Amino acid sequence: MKEQIILRVVTKMLIPFILIFGFYVIMHGEISPGGGFQGGVILASAFILYALVFGVRQSRRVLWRRVSDALASLGVLVYAGVGVATMLLGGLFLDYNVLIPADAPAGQALGITLVEIGVGITVTAVMITIFNELTES
Amino acid sequence: MTILLIDGFLLGLLVITAIGVIAARSLLAASMLLAIYSLLIALVWVSLQAVDVAFTEAAVGAGVSTVLLVGTLVFVGKWEKPSARIHWPALCIVTITGAVLIYGTLDMPSFGDPQAPGHHHVAPRYIHDSLAETKVPNMVTAVLASYRGFDTLFETVVIFTAGLSLILLLRSVRRTRTKSEETL
Repeated sequence: MKEQIILRVVTKMLIPFILIFGFYVIMHGEISPGGGFQGGVILASAFILYALVFGVRQSRRVLWRRVSDALASLGVLVYAGVGVATMLLGGLFLDYNVLIPADAPAGQALGITLVEIGVGITVTAVMITIFNELTES
Repeated sequence: MTILLIDGFLLGLLVITAIGVIAARSLLAASMLLAIYSLLIALVWVSLQAVDVAFTEAAVGAGVSTVLLVGTLVFVGKWEKPSARIHWPALCIVTITGAVLIYGTLDMPSFGDPQAPGHHHVAPRYIHDSLAETKVPNMVTAVLASYRGFDTLFETVVIFTAGLSLILLLRSVRRTRTKSEETL
């Protein structure tokens, strides 16, 4: 679809908005509907749209295969890392209360945000990987 | 009354779309109908006030999985293979399983019943205390990431494993294929 000028221009205009909306959904998951999973899928859809219009090979040049592979594991690492951090701070695994000992509910909010970011990273990377692997031939 | 009308309308459309998916011979048409099915289900979730679930359904069901299905069509071709005649034992098993499942739903509490056991176990605690305990206004996120943090951790691991197995399967296949082409 590389030679379709309307598709090319509209895609390039749309992608920044999709990305910002994805980040918004991840970061606002604690206030409004959404969260890491939904936001991650939206972020991935921006890359998938790019790959659909410009080809998987070009999209690999924007996001290297090695980077997306590393990001997939980084998200899980962030999530489990928060759990290990709370253990090191003297709590139980994933007990966010100890993140801010003076104000336990604020610690919960912080822990939830960090964990949602981890989910978002993994979901984004895995969705991009699945699409690229399926369509690249 | 209005809600009942909307729900009935949506459920009717859902059944029609589902039959369309089964009847369609073109796999592309079936994928598109599945996307419409997901969007309709998302509307049903909204009408049940489960906005988070509706959001997920719209993003994953109608969005990404449609793209992945269409991507798969590149490999398998656009048309369904003409199927052989009806497989009677399979039809028998499916009918019996369906009947047993429907019989099982008879024991479930009626729709929207406030006395249902699901509303009396831990739900009241989440509803009353989650804001004070976590400072997170969206109760669904608080339950998902804090009260049920272990569940969500391993859901993330499941997604990671899915991506990993796909990499292992497809990349190794592609590598051996290019290698054998080189030797030819």
